[in-house]
Amino acid sequence: MAEKKALTGNEAVALAMKQIEPDVVAAYPITPQTDIVQYFSNYVADGKVKTEFVTVESEHSAMSATVGAAAGGARAMTATSSQGLALMWEVVYIAASSRLPIVMPVVNRALSGPINIHCDHGDTMGARDSGWIQLYSESVQEAYDNLIQAVRIAEHPDLQLPVMVCQDGFITSHGLENAEILDDETVKRFVGEYKPRFSLLNPAKPVTFGALDLQDYYFEHKRSQSEAMKNAGKVILQVAEEFKKLTGREYGYFEKYMLDDAEVAVVALNSTAGTAKMVVDELRQAGSKVGLLKPRVFRPFPAKELAETLRGLKVVAVMDRADSFNAYGGPLFNEIRSAMYDTPGPKILSYIYGLGGRDIGPADVTKVYDDLLEIKKTGRCDSILNYLGVRE
Amino acid sequence: MSTENLPGWKDLPAGGLILEPGNAENLETGEWRSSRPIHDKQKCINCLFCWVFCPDSSIIVEDGKVVGIDYKHCKGCGICARECPPKVKAITMVPEGE
Repeated sequence: MAEKKALTGNEAVALAMKQIEPDVVAAYPITPQTDIVQYFSNYVADGKVKTEFVTVESEHSAMSATVGAAAGGARAMTATSSQGLALMWEVVYIAASSRLPIVMPVVNRALSGPINIHCDHGDTMGARDSGWIQLYSESVQEAYDNLIQAVRIAEHPDLQLPVMVCQDGFITSHGLENAEILDDETVKRFVGEYKPRFSLLNPAKPVTFGALDLQDYYFEHKRSQSEAMKNAGKVILQVAEEFKKLTGREYGYFEKYMLDDAEVAVVALNSTAGTAKMVVDELRQAGSKVGLLKPRVFRPFPAKELAETLRGLKVVAVMDRADSFNAYGGPLFNEIRSAMYDTPGPKILSYIYGLGGRDIGPADVTKVYDDLLEIKKTGRCDSILNYLGVRE
Repeated sequence: MSTENLPGWKDLPAGGLILEPGNAENLETGEWRSSRPIHDKQKCINCLFCWVFCPDSSIIVEDGKVVGIDYKHCKGCGICARECPPKVKAITMVPEGE
Protein backbone atom coordinates (compact mmCIF):
# COMPACT_ATOMS: atom_id res chain seq x y z
CA MET A 1 0.00 0.00 0.00
CA ALA A 2 1.15 3.49 -0.79
CA GLU A 3 1.28 6.19 1.85
CA LYS A 4 1.77 9.94 1.79
CA LYS A 5 4.92 11.19 3.44
CA ALA A 6 6.55 14.59 3.73
CA LEU A 7 10.06 14.05 2.38
CA THR A 8 12.89 15.98 0.83
CA GLY A 9 14.05 14.91 -2.63
CA ASN A 10 17.17 13.38 -1.13
CA GLU A 11 15.20 11.48 1.51
CA ALA A 12 12.82 10.16 -1.13
CA VAL A 13 15.68 9.02 -3.36
CA ALA A 14 17.49 7.34 -0.45
CA LEU A 15 14.22 5.65 0.50
CA ALA A 16 13.76 4.42 -3.08
CA MET A 17 17.31 3.05 -2.95
CA LYS A 18 16.47 1.27 0.30
CA GLN A 19 13.40 -0.28 -1.30
CA ILE A 20 15.36 -1.27 -4.42
CA GLU A 21 18.11 -2.64 -2.15
CA PRO A 22 20.92 -2.83 -4.69
CA ASP A 23 23.72 -5.33 -4.12
CA VAL A 24 26.40 -2.64 -4.04
CA VAL A 25 26.45 1.12 -3.44
CA ALA A 26 29.81 2.87 -3.74
CA ALA A 27 29.49 6.58 -3.10
CA TYR A 28 31.20 9.71 -1.93
CA PRO A 29 29.37 12.64 -0.34
CA ILE A 30 29.10 15.93 -2.20
CA THR A 31 26.75 18.84 -1.63
CA PRO A 32 23.80 18.78 -2.34
CA GLN A 33 23.73 15.00 -2.87
CA THR A 34 25.26 14.25 0.57
CA ASP A 35 21.96 13.37 2.28
CA ILE A 36 21.29 10.56 -0.16
CA VAL A 37 24.50 8.79 0.76
CA GLN A 38 24.10 9.65 4.43
CA TYR A 39 20.54 8.32 4.70
CA PHE A 40 21.46 5.25 2.73
CA SER A 41 24.52 4.50 4.85
CA ASN A 42 22.21 4.68 7.90
CA TYR A 43 19.99 2.02 6.33
CA VAL A 44 23.09 -0.13 5.85
CA ALA A 45 24.40 0.49 9.38
CA ASP A 46 20.98 -0.27 10.89
CA GLY A 47 20.74 -3.53 8.99
CA LYS A 48 17.68 -2.36 7.02
CA VAL A 49 19.35 -3.42 3.74
CA LYS A 50 21.91 -6.08 2.90
CA THR A 51 23.65 -3.80 0.41
CA GLU A 52 27.46 -3.80 0.40
CA PHE A 53 28.27 -0.14 1.00
CA VAL A 54 31.71 0.86 -0.24
CA THR A 55 33.18 4.05 1.18
CA VAL A 56 35.59 5.41 -1.39
CA GLU A 57 38.08 8.26 -1.45
CA SER A 58 36.67 10.13 -4.43
CA GLU A 59 33.96 10.10 -7.07
CA HIS A 60 36.41 8.68 -9.60
CA SER A 61 36.69 5.70 -7.26
CA ALA A 62 32.95 5.70 -6.57
CA MET A 63 32.16 5.23 -10.26
CA SER A 64 35.07 2.80 -10.69
CA ALA A 65 33.87 0.62 -7.81
CA THR A 66 30.32 0.79 -9.16
CA VAL A 67 31.53 -0.26 -12.62
CA GLY A 68 33.53 -3.10 -11.07
CA ALA A 69 30.54 -4.27 -9.05
CA ALA A 70 28.26 -4.09 -12.10
CA ALA A 71 30.76 -6.05 -14.20
CA GLY A 72 30.78 -8.57 -11.39
CA GLY A 73 27.05 -9.02 -11.93
CA ALA A 74 25.81 -6.87 -9.06
CA ARG A 75 22.95 -4.40 -9.17
CA ALA A 76 25.08 -1.35 -8.40
CA MET A 77 24.31 2.28 -7.68
CA THR A 78 26.04 5.48 -6.73
CA ALA A 79 24.95 9.13 -6.49
CA THR A 80 26.61 12.46 -7.14
CA SER A 81 26.47 16.16 -7.98
CA SER A 82 28.48 18.73 -9.92
CA GLN A 83 32.24 18.34 -9.32
CA GLY A 84 31.64 14.76 -8.28
CA LEU A 85 30.18 13.97 -11.68
CA ALA A 86 33.03 15.89 -13.28
CA LEU A 87 35.58 13.81 -11.38
CA MET A 88 33.80 10.60 -12.42
CA TRP A 89 34.07 11.64 -16.05
CA GLU A 90 36.23 9.00 -17.69
CA VAL A 91 34.56 6.17 -15.81
CA VAL A 92 31.08 7.52 -16.62
CA TYR A 93 31.82 6.84 -20.30
CA ILE A 94 33.20 3.39 -19.48
CA ALA A 95 30.00 2.47 -17.61
CA ALA A 96 27.93 3.28 -20.69
CA SER A 97 30.21 1.74 -23.30
CA SER A 98 30.58 -1.45 -21.24
CA ARG A 99 26.78 -1.56 -21.16
CA LEU A 100 26.53 -1.70 -17.38
CA PRO A 101 23.01 -0.92 -16.12
CA ILE A 102 24.05 1.36 -13.25
CA VAL A 103 21.49 3.76 -11.80
CA MET A 104 22.77 7.06 -10.42
CA PRO A 105 20.75 9.85 -8.83
CA VAL A 106 22.33 13.19 -9.72
CA VAL A 107 21.39 16.25 -7.71
CA ASN A 108 21.96 19.07 -10.18
CA ARG A 109 24.48 21.67 -9.09
CA ALA A 110 26.57 24.25 -10.91
CA LEU A 111 30.07 23.33 -11.98
CA SER A 112 33.13 25.26 -10.88
CA GLY A 113 34.34 27.83 -11.52
CA PRO A 114 33.68 30.03 -9.82
CA ILE A 115 32.92 27.53 -7.08
CA ASN A 116 29.22 27.32 -6.28
CA ILE A 117 27.06 24.72 -4.55
CA HIS A 118 23.63 25.69 -5.90
CA CYS A 119 21.39 24.45 -8.63
CA ASP A 120 21.98 24.56 -12.33
CA HIS A 121 22.16 21.86 -14.96
CA GLY A 122 25.72 22.36 -16.15
CA ASP A 123 26.80 19.06 -14.56
CA THR A 124 24.39 16.66 -16.25
CA MET A 125 24.18 18.69 -19.46
CA GLY A 126 27.93 18.25 -19.70
CA ALA A 127 27.41 14.49 -19.44
CA ARG A 128 24.72 14.45 -22.11
CA ASP A 129 26.92 12.70 -24.67
CA SER A 130 28.38 10.14 -22.26
CA GLY A 131 25.94 7.44 -23.34
CA TRP A 132 23.78 7.51 -20.20
CA ILE A 133 20.02 7.72 -20.28
CA GLN A 134 18.94 10.92 -18.52
CA LEU A 135 15.64 11.40 -16.72
CA TYR A 136 14.76 14.78 -15.20
CA SER A 137 12.43 15.27 -12.23
CA GLU A 138 10.27 18.28 -11.38
CA SER A 139 9.38 17.25 -7.84
CA VAL A 140 10.20 14.93 -4.95
CA GLN A 141 7.52 12.57 -6.25
CA GLU A 142 9.05 12.46 -9.70
CA ALA A 143 12.57 11.94 -8.35
CA TYR A 144 11.27 8.96 -6.37
CA ASP A 145 9.20 7.54 -9.23
CA ASN A 146 11.95 8.05 -11.82
CA LEU A 147 14.51 6.26 -9.68
CA ILE A 148 12.36 3.17 -9.35
CA GLN A 149 11.60 3.13 -13.07
CA ALA A 150 15.28 3.74 -13.88
CA VAL A 151 16.25 0.32 -12.54
CA ARG A 152 13.89 -1.43 -14.95
CA ILE A 153 14.95 0.78 -17.86
CA ALA A 154 18.67 0.27 -17.26
CA GLU A 155 18.43 -3.48 -16.86
CA HIS A 156 16.18 -4.13 -19.86
CA PRO A 157 17.90 -6.76 -22.02
CA ASP A 158 17.70 -4.55 -25.14
CA LEU A 159 19.38 -1.63 -23.38
CA GLN A 160 21.82 -2.49 -20.61
CA LEU A 161 22.53 1.20 -20.30
CA PRO A 162 23.20 3.30 -17.22
CA VAL A 163 20.65 5.91 -16.14
CA MET A 164 21.04 9.28 -14.41
CA VAL A 165 18.02 10.49 -12.47
CA CYS A 166 18.30 14.24 -12.09
CA GLN A 167 16.65 16.59 -9.62
CA ASP A 168 17.36 20.21 -8.71
CA GLY A 169 19.93 20.80 -6.00
CA PHE A 170 18.49 22.27 -2.78
CA ILE A 171 15.23 23.25 -4.49
CA THR A 172 14.04 19.66 -4.78
CA SER A 173 16.78 17.80 -2.92
CA HIS A 174 16.27 19.74 0.32
CA GLY A 175 12.71 21.01 -0.09
CA LEU A 176 9.97 19.12 1.76
CA GLU A 177 7.05 17.91 -0.30
CA ASN A 178 4.28 15.43 0.14
CA ALA A 179 5.03 12.34 -1.88
CA GLU A 180 3.23 9.07 -2.27
CA ILE A 181 5.60 6.31 -1.24
CA LEU A 182 5.07 2.71 -2.28
CA ASP A 183 5.54 -0.08 0.21
CA ASP A 184 8.83 -1.99 0.11
CA GLU A 185 7.29 -5.16 -1.24
CA THR A 186 5.65 -3.40 -4.20
CA VAL A 187 8.92 -1.73 -5.19
CA LYS A 188 10.84 -5.00 -4.84
CA ARG A 189 8.30 -6.76 -7.04
CA PHE A 190 8.36 -3.96 -9.63
CA VAL A 191 12.14 -3.87 -10.00
CA GLY A 192 12.39 -7.66 -9.78
CA GLU A 193 15.47 -9.74 -9.30
CA TYR A 194 18.48 -8.66 -11.33
CA LYS A 195 19.79 -11.32 -13.66
CA PRO A 196 23.01 -9.98 -15.19
CA ARG A 197 23.93 -11.00 -18.73
CA PHE A 198 27.50 -11.63 -17.69
CA SER A 199 29.51 -11.63 -14.53
CA LEU A 200 33.24 -11.51 -13.99
CA LEU A 201 32.59 -13.75 -11.00
CA ASN A 202 31.09 -16.60 -12.98
CA PRO A 203 33.88 -19.05 -13.85
CA ALA A 204 31.46 -21.20 -15.84
CA LYS A 205 30.99 -18.41 -18.38
CA PRO A 206 34.25 -16.45 -18.60
CA VAL A 207 34.09 -12.92 -19.98
CA THR A 208 36.50 -10.04 -20.58
CA PHE A 209 35.36 -6.46 -19.92
CA GLY A 210 37.32 -3.44 -21.10
CA ALA A 211 39.58 -5.00 -23.72
CA LEU A 212 41.60 -2.83 -26.11
CA ASP A 213 39.43 -1.97 -29.10
CA LEU A 214 41.14 -0.39 -32.10
CA GLN A 215 40.34 0.62 -35.67
CA ASP A 216 38.94 -2.80 -36.47
CA TYR A 217 36.15 -3.03 -33.83
CA TYR A 218 35.70 0.20 -31.82
CA PHE A 219 33.33 1.77 -34.36
CA GLU A 220 31.08 -1.33 -34.42
CA HIS A 221 30.85 -1.31 -30.63
CA LYS A 222 29.94 2.37 -30.64
CA ARG A 223 27.33 1.74 -33.31
CA SER A 224 25.76 -0.96 -31.19
CA GLN A 225 25.77 1.41 -28.18
CA SER A 226 23.96 3.94 -30.33
CA GLU A 227 21.34 1.36 -31.27
CA ALA A 228 20.72 0.58 -27.59
CA MET A 229 20.02 4.27 -27.00
CA LYS A 230 17.66 4.22 -29.99
CA ASN A 231 15.79 1.32 -28.38
CA ALA A 232 15.61 3.11 -25.04
CA GLY A 233 12.65 5.33 -25.93
CA LYS A 234 10.30 2.39 -26.37
CA VAL A 235 11.48 0.74 -23.16
CA ILE A 236 11.07 3.96 -21.17
CA LEU A 237 7.44 4.15 -22.31
CA GLN A 238 6.80 0.45 -21.55
CA VAL A 239 8.18 0.82 -18.03
CA ALA A 240 6.12 4.00 -17.55
CA GLU A 241 3.01 2.13 -18.63
CA GLU A 242 3.63 -0.60 -16.05
CA PHE A 243 4.38 2.01 -13.41
CA LYS A 244 1.11 3.75 -14.18
CA LYS A 245 -0.82 0.52 -13.57
CA LEU A 246 0.85 0.36 -10.17
CA THR A 247 0.50 3.98 -9.08
CA GLY A 248 -1.86 5.79 -11.44
CA ARG A 249 0.92 8.29 -12.11
CA GLU A 250 1.62 8.91 -15.76
CA TYR A 251 5.07 9.36 -17.27
CA GLY A 252 6.21 9.80 -20.86
CA TYR A 253 8.98 11.51 -22.77
CA PHE A 254 7.66 14.85 -21.59
CA GLU A 255 4.71 16.44 -19.86
CA LYS A 256 2.39 18.83 -21.69
CA TYR A 257 0.73 21.50 -19.61
CA MET A 258 -2.05 23.50 -21.26
CA LEU A 259 -0.23 22.97 -24.51
CA ASP A 260 -2.83 21.60 -26.92
CA ASP A 261 -4.41 24.94 -27.82
CA ALA A 262 -1.47 27.14 -26.81
CA GLU A 263 0.06 29.72 -29.16
CA VAL A 264 3.22 30.36 -27.20
CA ALA A 265 5.04 27.99 -24.85
CA VAL A 266 7.99 27.58 -22.58
CA VAL A 267 10.12 24.44 -22.46
CA ALA A 268 11.78 23.91 -19.09
CA LEU A 269 13.35 21.05 -17.16
CA ASN A 270 12.98 20.06 -13.51
CA SER A 271 11.63 22.36 -10.77
CA THR A 272 11.32 25.44 -13.01
CA ALA A 273 8.46 23.65 -14.73
CA GLY A 274 6.53 23.86 -11.46
CA THR A 275 6.96 27.63 -11.33
CA ALA A 276 6.01 27.89 -14.99
CA LYS A 277 2.78 25.93 -14.44
CA MET A 278 1.70 28.50 -11.87
CA VAL A 279 2.44 31.32 -14.33
CA VAL A 280 0.57 29.49 -17.08
CA ASP A 281 -2.49 29.26 -14.80
CA GLU A 282 -2.33 32.99 -14.11
CA LEU A 283 -1.88 33.98 -17.75
CA ARG A 284 -4.62 31.60 -18.86
CA GLN A 285 -7.00 33.30 -16.43
CA ALA A 286 -6.06 36.59 -18.08
CA GLY A 287 -6.97 35.06 -21.44
CA SER A 288 -3.52 34.33 -22.93
CA LYS A 289 -3.10 31.05 -24.76
CA VAL A 290 0.12 29.92 -23.12
CA GLY A 291 1.46 26.47 -22.34
CA LEU A 292 4.40 24.53 -21.04
CA LEU A 293 6.38 21.53 -22.16
CA LYS A 294 8.50 19.78 -19.52
CA PRO A 295 10.93 17.21 -20.92
CA ARG A 296 11.46 14.20 -18.68
CA VAL A 297 13.66 12.20 -21.01
CA PHE A 298 16.62 14.14 -22.40
CA ARG A 299 18.66 11.07 -23.38
CA PRO A 300 17.54 9.52 -25.63
CA PHE A 301 16.30 12.77 -27.14
CA PRO A 302 12.67 12.37 -28.28
CA ALA A 303 13.17 14.59 -31.34
CA LYS A 304 10.26 13.34 -33.43
CA GLU A 305 7.70 13.51 -30.63
CA LEU A 306 8.89 16.95 -29.56
CA ALA A 307 8.64 18.26 -33.12
CA GLU A 308 5.11 16.89 -33.50
CA THR A 309 4.07 18.47 -30.22
CA LEU A 310 5.62 21.88 -30.78
CA ARG A 311 4.88 22.33 -34.48
CA GLY A 312 1.53 24.07 -34.03
CA LEU A 313 2.90 26.80 -31.76
CA LYS A 314 3.80 30.33 -32.87
CA VAL A 315 6.67 31.15 -30.50
CA VAL A 316 8.59 28.90 -28.10
CA ALA A 317 11.17 29.76 -25.45
CA VAL A 318 13.53 26.96 -24.50
CA MET A 319 14.87 27.65 -21.02
CA ASP A 320 18.28 26.26 -20.22
CA ARG A 321 19.72 26.25 -16.72
CA ALA A 322 23.12 25.75 -18.33
CA ASP A 323 25.11 27.61 -20.95
CA SER A 324 26.73 25.81 -23.85
CA PHE A 325 29.20 28.67 -24.31
CA ASN A 326 28.75 28.27 -28.02
CA ALA A 327 27.57 31.91 -28.23
CA TYR A 328 24.44 30.57 -29.86
CA GLY A 329 22.09 29.01 -27.28
CA GLY A 330 21.66 26.51 -24.46
CA PRO A 331 21.95 22.73 -24.90
CA LEU A 332 18.22 21.96 -24.72
CA PHE A 333 17.50 24.85 -27.11
CA ASN A 334 19.99 23.57 -29.67
CA GLU A 335 18.54 20.10 -29.78
CA ILE A 336 14.92 21.21 -29.84
CA ARG A 337 15.61 23.73 -32.58
CA SER A 338 17.44 21.06 -34.59
CA ALA A 339 14.51 18.66 -34.05
CA MET A 340 12.18 21.29 -35.55
CA TYR A 341 14.27 21.86 -38.69
CA ASP A 342 12.21 19.62 -40.97
CA THR A 343 8.89 20.82 -39.58
CA PRO A 344 7.25 24.11 -40.41
CA GLY A 345 7.02 25.34 -36.87
CA PRO A 346 7.38 28.11 -34.34
CA LYS A 347 10.00 30.73 -33.83
CA ILE A 348 12.29 29.32 -31.15
CA LEU A 349 14.27 31.35 -28.64
CA SER A 350 16.93 30.43 -26.13
CA TYR A 351 16.77 31.68 -22.54
CA ILE A 352 19.72 30.95 -20.28
CA TYR A 353 18.63 31.36 -16.66
CA GLY A 354 19.24 30.44 -13.04
CA LEU A 355 22.96 29.71 -13.26
CA GLY A 356 24.60 28.97 -9.91
CA GLY A 357 21.23 28.79 -8.21
CA ARG A 358 20.02 32.27 -9.17
CA ASP A 359 16.35 32.29 -8.17
CA ILE A 360 13.80 31.87 -10.90
CA GLY A 361 10.48 33.19 -9.70
CA PRO A 362 7.04 33.62 -11.26
CA ALA A 363 7.93 37.18 -12.31
CA ASP A 364 10.91 35.90 -14.33
CA VAL A 365 8.85 33.28 -16.12
CA THR A 366 6.07 35.82 -16.70
CA LYS A 367 8.61 38.04 -18.43
CA VAL A 368 9.47 35.19 -20.80
CA TYR A 369 5.81 34.63 -21.66
CA ASP A 370 5.37 38.41 -22.13
CA ASP A 371 8.30 38.40 -24.57
CA LEU A 372 6.78 35.49 -26.49
CA LEU A 373 3.34 37.07 -26.68
CA GLU A 374 4.90 40.32 -27.89
CA ILE A 375 6.88 38.49 -30.60
CA LYS A 376 3.73 36.65 -31.63
CA LYS A 377 1.90 39.98 -31.91
CA THR A 378 4.57 42.04 -33.68
CA GLY A 379 6.50 39.32 -35.48
CA ARG A 380 9.64 41.12 -34.35
CA CYS A 381 12.35 39.31 -32.44
CA ASP A 382 15.48 41.20 -31.41
CA SER A 383 17.49 38.37 -29.99
CA ILE A 384 17.39 34.58 -30.25
CA LEU A 385 19.79 34.15 -27.34
CA ASN A 386 18.65 35.75 -24.09
CA TYR A 387 19.95 35.79 -20.54
CA LEU A 388 17.17 35.87 -17.98
CA GLY A 389 17.69 37.32 -14.52
CA VAL A 390 21.29 38.48 -14.91
CA ARG A 391 22.35 42.02 -13.95
CA GLU A 392 23.36 44.15 -16.93
CA MET B 1 43.72 -1.94 -42.36
CA SER B 2 41.08 -3.97 -44.16
CA THR B 3 38.07 -4.61 -41.96
CA GLU B 4 35.53 -5.66 -44.59
CA ASN B 5 35.49 -9.33 -43.68
CA LEU B 6 35.09 -8.81 -39.95
CA PRO B 7 31.68 -9.21 -38.26
CA GLY B 8 29.25 -6.26 -38.34
CA TRP B 9 28.00 -4.47 -35.24
CA LYS B 10 24.88 -6.61 -34.93
CA ASP B 11 26.97 -9.77 -34.62
CA LEU B 12 29.21 -8.60 -31.79
CA PRO B 13 28.60 -8.97 -28.05
CA ALA B 14 27.39 -5.64 -26.65
CA GLY B 15 29.78 -3.52 -24.64
CA GLY B 16 32.96 -4.73 -26.34
CA LEU B 17 32.89 -7.87 -24.21
CA ILE B 18 35.00 -10.87 -25.15
CA LEU B 19 33.20 -14.13 -24.49
CA GLU B 20 35.91 -16.51 -25.64
CA PRO B 21 38.56 -16.96 -22.96
CA GLY B 22 42.18 -16.83 -24.09
CA ASN B 23 41.39 -15.75 -27.64
CA ALA B 24 44.37 -13.36 -27.66
CA GLU B 25 46.25 -16.44 -28.91
CA ASN B 26 44.39 -16.14 -32.23
CA LEU B 27 45.44 -12.55 -32.77
CA GLU B 28 48.78 -11.85 -34.42
CA THR B 29 50.49 -9.28 -32.19
CA GLY B 30 54.06 -9.99 -33.23
CA GLU B 31 53.80 -7.83 -36.34
CA TRP B 32 55.41 -4.76 -34.83
CA ARG B 33 58.58 -6.55 -33.69
CA SER B 34 61.73 -4.70 -34.82
CA SER B 35 64.17 -7.41 -33.82
CA ARG B 36 63.76 -11.13 -33.42
CA PRO B 37 65.21 -13.55 -30.86
CA ILE B 38 67.05 -16.50 -32.40
CA HIS B 39 67.35 -19.54 -30.16
CA ASP B 40 70.32 -21.88 -30.46
CA LYS B 41 69.36 -25.38 -29.29
CA GLN B 42 73.00 -26.48 -29.18
CA LYS B 43 73.98 -23.82 -26.66
CA CYS B 44 70.77 -23.91 -24.60
CA ILE B 45 71.04 -25.51 -21.12
CA ASN B 46 67.24 -25.34 -20.62
CA CYS B 47 67.44 -23.31 -17.43
CA LEU B 48 64.11 -21.78 -18.59
CA PHE B 49 65.01 -18.28 -17.40
CA CYS B 50 63.76 -16.99 -20.78
CA TRP B 51 60.46 -18.80 -20.28
CA VAL B 52 60.08 -17.36 -16.78
CA PHE B 53 60.85 -13.78 -17.82
CA CYS B 54 59.13 -13.56 -21.22
CA PRO B 55 56.26 -11.10 -20.63
CA ASP B 56 54.25 -12.52 -23.52
CA SER B 57 54.55 -16.29 -22.94
CA SER B 58 56.32 -16.58 -26.27
CA ILE B 59 58.95 -19.15 -25.32
CA ILE B 60 57.67 -22.56 -26.39
CA VAL B 61 58.62 -25.31 -23.96
CA GLU B 62 57.95 -29.01 -24.32
CA ASP B 63 58.96 -31.64 -21.76
CA GLY B 64 61.01 -29.09 -19.85
CA LYS B 65 62.99 -28.05 -22.91
CA VAL B 66 62.91 -24.84 -24.97
CA VAL B 67 61.82 -25.92 -28.45
CA GLY B 68 61.26 -22.58 -30.13
CA ILE B 69 59.79 -19.08 -30.05
CA ASP B 70 56.23 -18.06 -30.80
CA TYR B 71 56.84 -15.33 -33.38
CA LYS B 72 53.10 -14.71 -33.75
CA HIS B 73 53.14 -13.07 -30.33
CA CYS B 74 56.79 -12.20 -29.60
CA LYS B 75 57.23 -8.39 -29.60
CA GLY B 76 61.01 -8.58 -29.75
CA CYS B 77 61.59 -6.93 -26.38
CA GLY B 78 64.84 -8.87 -25.91
CA ILE B 79 64.27 -9.81 -22.28
CA CYS B 80 64.88 -13.49 -23.11
CA ALA B 81 68.28 -12.70 -24.64
CA ARG B 82 69.19 -10.55 -21.67
CA GLU B 83 68.15 -13.14 -19.09
CA CYS B 84 69.91 -16.00 -20.86
CA PRO B 85 73.02 -16.62 -18.66
CA PRO B 86 76.11 -14.77 -20.04
CA LYS B 87 78.09 -18.00 -20.20
CA VAL B 88 75.34 -19.63 -22.31
CA LYS B 89 74.18 -16.91 -24.73
CA ALA B 90 71.75 -19.25 -26.46
CA ILE B 91 69.48 -16.37 -27.57
CA THR B 92 70.62 -13.54 -29.83
CA MET B 93 68.54 -10.62 -31.12
CA VAL B 94 68.61 -10.13 -34.89
CA PRO B 95 67.05 -7.06 -36.54
CA GLU B 96 63.94 -7.92 -38.56
CA GLY B 97 64.61 -7.74 -42.27
CA GLU B 98 68.10 -9.19 -41.95
